[in-house]
Amino acid sequence: MARVVLILTLAAAVVCGFLGSLVVGPAALTWKTSLFAVLGGDNEAARIIIQEIRLPRALLGVMIGATLGLSGAALQGYLRNPLADPGVLGISSTAALGAVLAIFTGASAAWSFALPSAAILGAGVAVVLLRVLAGKNAGTLTLILAGVAISSLAGALTTLTLNLSSNPFAALEIVFWMLGSLTDRSMLHVWLAAPFMIVGWICLFASARTLDAMTLGADVAQTLGTDLRRAQALIVGGTAVAVGAATAIAGAIGFVGLVVPHLLRPLVGAQPSHLLPASALGGAVLVLAADIAVRVIEPSRDIKLGVLTALVGAPFFLWLVLKTRREAL
Amino acid sequence: MTALAVDGLTVRFGRKLIVDNLDFKTNSGKVVGVLGPNGAGKSTLLKAILKLVPSSGSVKLHNRSIHNYTAPELARAIAYLPQDRDIAWPMTVAAVVALGRLPYQGLMSSLTDEDNAAVEGAMAALGVADLKTRRISELSGGERARVLMARALAQNAPVLIADEPTAGLDPAHQISLLSLFRNLAGQGLLIVLTLHELHFAAQWCDHLILLQQGRLVANGQPSKVLTADRIRSVYNCNVRIIEDADGPIIVPISETNIRSNNSG
Amino acid sequence: MIVEAQEPYAPTDMHITLPFISMCRRFGIHVAITVLWAFGIAALVSANASDAAPRRVVSMNLCTDQLAMLLAAPGQLYSVSYLAGRTDASVLADRADEYATNHGLAEEIFLMKPDLVIAGTFTTRATINLLKRFAFRIVEFPPANSFQDIETNVTRMGRVLGRQAAAGAAVSEMRRELATWSAAEKQRSLTALYYANSYTSGGNTLASDIVRQAGLENLGDRLGLAGTTRLPLELLVTSQPELLVKGRRYGSTGSRSTEVLEHPALTAGLVTSARALLSDRYWICGAPFTFEAVRSLARAARQVVR
Repeated sequence: MARVVLILTLAAAVVCGFLGSLVVGPAALTWKTSLFAVLGGDNEAARIIIQEIRLPRALLGVMIGATLGLSGAALQGYLRNPLADPGVLGISSTAALGAVLAIFTGASAAWSFALPSAAILGAGVAVVLLRVLAGKNAGTLTLILAGVAISSLAGALTTLTLNLSSNPFAALEIVFWMLGSLTDRSMLHVWLAAPFMIVGWICLFASARTLDAMTLGADVAQTLGTDLRRAQALIVGGTAVAVGAATAIAGAIGFVGLVVPHLLRPLVGAQPSHLLPASALGGAVLVLAADIAVRVIEPSRDIKLGVLTALVGAPFFLWLVLKTRREAL
Repeated sequence: MTALAVDGLTVRFGRKLIVDNLDFKTNSGKVVGVLGPNGAGKSTLLKAILKLVPSSGSVKLHNRSIHNYTAPELARAIAYLPQDRDIAWPMTVAAVVALGRLPYQGLMSSLTDEDNAAVEGAMAALGVADLKTRRISELSGGERARVLMARALAQNAPVLIADEPTAGLDPAHQISLLSLFRNLAGQGLLIVLTLHELHFAAQWCDHLILLQQGRLVANGQPSKVLTADRIRSVYNCNVRIIEDADGPIIVPISETNIRSNNSG
Repeated sequence: MIVEAQEPYAPTDMHITLPFISMCRRFGIHVAITVLWAFGIAALVSANASDAAPRRVVSMNLCTDQLAMLLAAPGQLYSVSYLAGRTDASVLADRADEYATNHGLAEEIFLMKPDLVIAGTFTTRATINLLKRFAFRIVEFPPANSFQDIETNVTRMGRVLGRQAAAGAAVSEMRRELATWSAAEKQRSLTALYYANSYTSGGNTLASDIVRQAGLENLGDRLGLAGTTRLPLELLVTSQPELLVKGRRYGSTGSRSTEVLEHPALTAGLVTSARALLSDRYWICGAPFTFEAVRSLARAARQVVR
């Protein structure tokens, strides 16, 4: 019962965040004008702003937030580690590298799906590397170190690629790819990323039962009849596809997948399968809230989304590390 | 009816031979103890039966090779209680025990009445019913071990395989666990467990298997398997055996008088 | 359009070896060194105070490159920056290969042994400071933010190069063009300038002066923006400009920063009757040819249907 209440509350928060995202922006539109313009109406300028600028931004906020929250919860369940998150493990950084290469080589100009595809490939490379570096039963330390190594390498290669670009503005884009932003995204981006994100979500939700079984360890999970190999493919594949597509559109937004599952875990009785839908909704709320905040704090400037999630997430991460140390003692 | 028949079972890790050509059989309704020094291959034998490690030779459960069982079928046939008691998340006791019902649940899982009955029964049998809303991370080591045992029981499988289930429990709980095993055997289950406590093995098991370096050294009734000479040769340890109504009491002793080093 | 000036006179050489040796013989090494030192200082002072036009000029900045190419005497300008050769950035790109290319690095410039280095006030400080330590003469030009600034820079370049007559002629020509032009078109259409990363040019920029001279109103000015700054896409849409001037792609490799220029809000529904895609190279640097930007902008503005 408590779970149903939680899900409904989070869903309501997502709806509020979505509407808030439609109503906030540099153009001085009243909230009534903004909301009615979603359906059309005679105010042409308002219609364009809402339908072409704010609506895609709000939709992407929901979808990307859900992706990050969901994949964070799934990774934590599978790796049995509360510090797992697509950003920490380097998956977002390699996805960003893939996207930058797709743009730099002109592949994305030739075929628009090249952009999310390259990002997904990048994310996939990270997961393979993680497996190679950290091994099968990796402890926290090994996992985090592997993630740091992969992140650093991907970040360096991204910066190098942008520096080699003949376009003088390319070097400034590093900030976008490292910190993420939803500014001035269009419905084209929504259609580009949505199919991949949906496929990723389906894969991740399908692994829910195995995540529960994994609570007792891989051996017991197997003796409970779950197919570990299939679950691994679903989780790895689902994360790579969903996070890859999200990063291709908005850059690497960090800490959502770390903070949201951790906050919601006590509210779902710590059961991994129940945490998945809650984290998806929670992630959407967090990203929408951050995206509204960047527009309210400084409307004329383009503050990157990742700045806000990092301001919340990094101290949180440090607290988590200290807590784990204290418990280990 | 032969519940478990192992024939020529061999397990290799790389070039190292862990289990070497093991043969034994046992019927249901028995408590079978697997003994041997550290590194004898006891845990590996259990894992081979559970299909957790690859093996050659044959393992037949109810006259059917384990390789002919699908994963869900095997999950309903054998329950496993490992040595490792690590639980990743602070779930409630009821939720942990309910994990034992996973082999019976479909993709869109919710607990049926039958599932709930099995969970309640398992918790009652292990005496953890009043802990059901507590978080497992808050419990003591002994309570945690009993909750995990309840999970294995909730699986309702005719065979239960437990790896050192008595380790880390206080004497009262060790006795109550062993009594539970005897009760379950009385109801027709086959219990296979590994343990180091020779006195428990002698008094509580129907049948003993003694391993040394992956090979079967002795197989049969406790009084026949656990002789002082054999224990000395396998464990490299002296024991004193005292006969008792319930069976031999076997106590490891040192070569010399324990306190003679301190005096004089 | 550029008038050729007469040959500049050569600076004097310093011959000190003979007197030094004779001094050593007569007064000993101490006096000799003191005298040598005194000569050295005198030489430096006289070099600074000299009115001699520089004979080997190196320019490190795209805008000073082009001004120097327009005003320098033959053989006076030795090197220009690599940007001067890029057709998307430099109006005089086809003339740039007559000169050696530099990349604005202290090492290269040091080896060129210039007697004058021209740079922009925004050229990398570290490089400028290093060159100053090598006692090179450096003259820095601020970017031109208006046609008045262009005149100032042209006149100053003329003085620095010793080509005052050429500079004066260029300035007169500019004034004449502006004067005859102002009499023509005055539509006052609202014009929005939009570049990569959603930037626009507000007040006190060359771009906004070009727009004003073309008889149009700059959206950046109307919104009270100053300098080159960010203009949110939403504000651009609500302002409903009559003419949209978009920055063009740079280089051959793709970049995400120009995606906003293709945003559906701009391409599909904006109530704008005219778009212009003008040649940036006339807009970047303030020089006598900047007037061409005014002409082409006004031409584009005539497409706006009232």
